[in-house]
Amino acid sequence: MTSRQAYAPSLHLENVAVIRGNRMVLSNLNLSVKAGELVWVRGANGCGKSTLLRVIAGLLDAYSGKVLAEGKLALADENLALDPNLTVAAALQFWAHMDGASPSDRDAALVAMDLLALSEVPVRYLSTGQRKRASIARVLASGCAIWLLDEPYNGLDSASCAHLDKAILSHIASGGIVMLAAHQSPSINISESLVLDAKGRSL
Amino acid sequence: MKSFLLLVLREIRLAWTGGGLWLPVIFYLAVATLYPFVTGPDKMLLARTGGGILWIAALLSTLLPIERLILPDRQAGVLDQLAIRGWSDELVAAVKIAGQLVAFAVPLLLASIIASALIGLPEAKLMTLLLGLAVALPALAGLSVTISALTAGLNGASALGGLLLIPLAIPILIFGAGTLSDDPGNAMQLLAATSLAIAALSPFAAGAALRAGRV
Repeated sequence: MTSRQAYAPSLHLENVAVIRGNRMVLSNLNLSVKAGELVWVRGANGCGKSTLLRVIAGLLDAYSGKVLAEGKLALADENLALDPNLTVAAALQFWAHMDGASPSDRDAALVAMDLLALSEVPVRYLSTGQRKRASIARVLASGCAIWLLDEPYNGLDSASCAHLDKAILSHIASGGIVMLAAHQSPSINISESLVLDAKGRSL
Repeated sequence: MKSFLLLVLREIRLAWTGGGLWLPVIFYLAVATLYPFVTGPDKMLLARTGGGILWIAALLSTLLPIERLILPDRQAGVLDQLAIRGWSDELVAAVKIAGQLVAFAVPLLLASIIASALIGLPEAKLMTLLLGLAVALPALAGLSVTISALTAGLNGASALGGLLLIPLAIPILIFGAGTLSDDPGNAMQLLAATSLAIAALSPFAAGAALRAGRV
């Protein structure tokens, strides 16, 4: 689950502004994240946390400014992106193949998110919390250097939160980057906290 | 290339397991079964008009899986995950078209043999029908994926898809039915040219629709 990239990942945002539906969702955002850092993006509902992650992931275009990401990105948001009719192991293996990761990466991700006992269960039978864990396991198995986690603690019990915290710690210790948009504070040391106000400005 | 094949195989698996494959084939055979009840047992009439009916049935059967081609992947975030991995929307559309073509072509061609027997199509015409359908299927797959991308998430997507597909598929239908004439050469060439053009342009049109639908 460690980054397979030889170079140190980094993430830079320069004066990023995003307009959606004639509304300025993010404005003049600047951020620089180095290898081994965890950034907690927080703010009220609708302040643009998820939009920021989608802009960094390249799924949305910034109206102005630049997003420079060195390293492969992986995103876990509210969408599971796992085939419901496949078993958890097979669904994760599909994305591991797409990412060029090995079956051992997938197995390590299953262990890290405590999904080994559910690995042969079809995804459609998973509970909300289990689906969230599977979604995070997809990111863990990807071998990507930069993790973008949108509300990863939603639906997780305390044991699962601890598993996630451990995985995040392991990733940043191996030189990865984690950007985490959440209301709930992670119970681990945060390198930087990006607080967005209601107009998507950095406070 | 390995990833491309992996995605095409996924499309085929989804088509075969999601009911998106058998429903169009059953529809196609149902039309061939019902048509003789409408025209009566006039073999000459059936042989003369049955081929055209099979072309219409083939065209309409491509409409049936439209709602499952794009929308489930969009809602599940699969399209986003592919975009993050650097897959262009055009390439994703090409995968969808290839998967739809492979999953749909063989069963439809096999069903055509049964359907032509049901309507009493002469043996010589059967080979022309199979060749014509094989030539037209890339265009039909391209059109169905494009329209699926355009209508994904809209209310009444199926009906809207039909309204969009039918005018776009008219050249295919005209040239396809033309191949069943006594001299099918020219019609087959025009069918091949039209199919090639539609199949080549579809990934770009569908890709643009996928991009426009991203929120």
